[in-house]
Amino acid sequence: MSCFRLENVSYRYDKAPVLQGVDLSLEPGEILGLFGHNGAGKTTSIKLILGLMQPTQGKVSVLGGLAGDPQVTQHIGYLPENVMFYPQLTGREILKHFARLKGASLKQVPALLEQVGLEDAMDARTRTYSKGMRQRLGLAQALLGKPRLLMLDEPTVGLDPVATADLYRLLQGLRDEGAGIVLCSHVLPGVEPYIDRAAILTDGAVKASGNLGSLRQQAHMPVSVLLTPANGISSLEKVIDESATTGRMTKTGQGTLRVDVQPREKVALLETVMASGEVADVSIHQPSLEDIYVHFIGTGGLAHRGGR
Amino acid sequence: MSSVWTIARKELSDSLRNRWLMAISLVFASLALGIAWFGAAASGQVGYASTPATIASLASLGIFLIPLIALLLAYDAVVGEEEGGTLLLLMTYPLSRSQLLLGKFLGHGLTLALATLIGFGVAGVAIAMLVEDVSVANLAVAMLRFIASTVLLGWGFIALAYVISVRVSEKPVAAGLSLAVWFFFVLIFDLVLLGTLVASEGQLNAELLPWLLLLNPTDIYRLLNIVAFGDGTQLSGVLSLGADLPIGAGGLWLGLVLWFAVPLSGALLLFRNRRI
Repeated sequence: MSCFRLENVSYRYDKAPVLQGVDLSLEPGEILGLFGHNGAGKTTSIKLILGLMQPTQGKVSVLGGLAGDPQVTQHIGYLPENVMFYPQLTGREILKHFARLKGASLKQVPALLEQVGLEDAMDARTRTYSKGMRQRLGLAQALLGKPRLLMLDEPTVGLDPVATADLYRLLQGLRDEGAGIVLCSHVLPGVEPYIDRAAILTDGAVKASGNLGSLRQQAHMPVSVLLTPANGISSLEKVIDESATTGRMTKTGQGTLRVDVQPREKVALLETVMASGEVADVSIHQPSLEDIYVHFIGTGGLAHRGGR
Repeated sequence: MSSVWTIARKELSDSLRNRWLMAISLVFASLALGIAWFGAAASGQVGYASTPATIASLASLGIFLIPLIALLLAYDAVVGEEEGGTLLLLMTYPLSRSQLLLGKFLGHGLTLALATLIGFGVAGVAIAMLVEDVSVANLAVAMLRFIASTVLLGWGFIALAYVISVRVSEKPVAAGLSLAVWFFFVLIFDLVLLGTLVASEGQLNAELLPWLLLLNPTDIYRLLNIVAFGDGTQLSGVLSLGADLPIGAGGLWLGLVLWFAVPLSGALLLFRNRRI
């Protein structure tokens, strides 16, 4: 049973299309990164899965049921972007209130607060909380009742690096226990090591999706090979020029040579330079998630990325 | 049902925490006692005048106060949650919009009912104990009727506040509209009715006019608490129209119930169609 499945989903807001023909699904035990520029439709997709809105067209099924069905929402944890709480209540009171609403046991409240690092502040009113503390409380709230589908919108905003690492460790633990997790974030280098799959949205459509390897293939992005010459940079250049590869060469400031080659030519290039004995050191840079993202999103210029 | 109660319970504990409940109870109790003791001051004496006179004075004051308190208590029920950023989160929980609004109504309604019961109840007990020649049975009936109708009137205005709260998207707008509603029902309605009555010089259908009073819950409330004593001489202004109403006390009670049931249903309906 999929955590959620969007099939050919479209959504219009006041006749303006927000989502168009989106196909997206998440299986248990998987972390999906959902990326896109502002207004690309990330939040709308999440709201459709939460059952807050009905799609204009297409089908949304969540945890084997209908989106918005109380039986289904009981098993979903959600952390909205910029989560806010009742300022007059303490962290513990708020979490208890939400636990009651979710039909979750009240016993887990102190443990959850401890897990997110709020044990010292749980009896202070949330009026006094910092952004990071609110975010932690929001996380605790999303984790109530062991959700089978967890959706986190910008979960690391306001968290310090240690807390961020803790969060990702926690998420991996939940993933290993079989939860499906959706991560929306703009901090791409931060989430890259932790996601199993990424979906990139632009203008309400899925531009690309898959794991990092398949995204790199879809993007046809060159791999950068940094070569430190053994004898001289010009002789190294000569070796590459004479080889069968079509890499583009750039000299970097530190006397190294950068060659951008297509992924399939990478091994051939390496074999050639290794055999020539003209190279002292090699490092290879795969395109990062950020590079891939820019490749898919960045074609339309800034106006395109800024949303409307 | 349990989620309705969870919401209601938070509203109740909020009104305990921010001392609304206590403040309203205190205002009601001191008003009732003040009127009971100084109500007859206009006729040159201090002391308990009579039960009908006391209730009539209380009702006249209640008309101003109860709607205002109810509107203040409830105007930000939905728009406040939205501005505070918690509405979206609440809606991702296994909780329907109707359950949320009914829970709020239960919480606010209980707050007002408790405050009314405590405030006027304490005053009633004090009058019964301190005034020597008062008929306790009469007083109890009148007080209970007064408390029940006050609660119903308050619920009506809570429901009206919800209609506003689910429609607008900013808290100050909701507050302004609530004040406008108060102004209309408490001050303008009677003036307009009276003006129409005078200007028409009897041309208007005499049978229709009394029914117009039912369009204003505060008039129903006033009729209930004053007409109930069967003493038509105390009626003045537009209220004298009420003496011609053929529906009796039962009809008036039904009117008050409708005045909270209909706006509440309207608010539920509007909330269901609201975009979040």
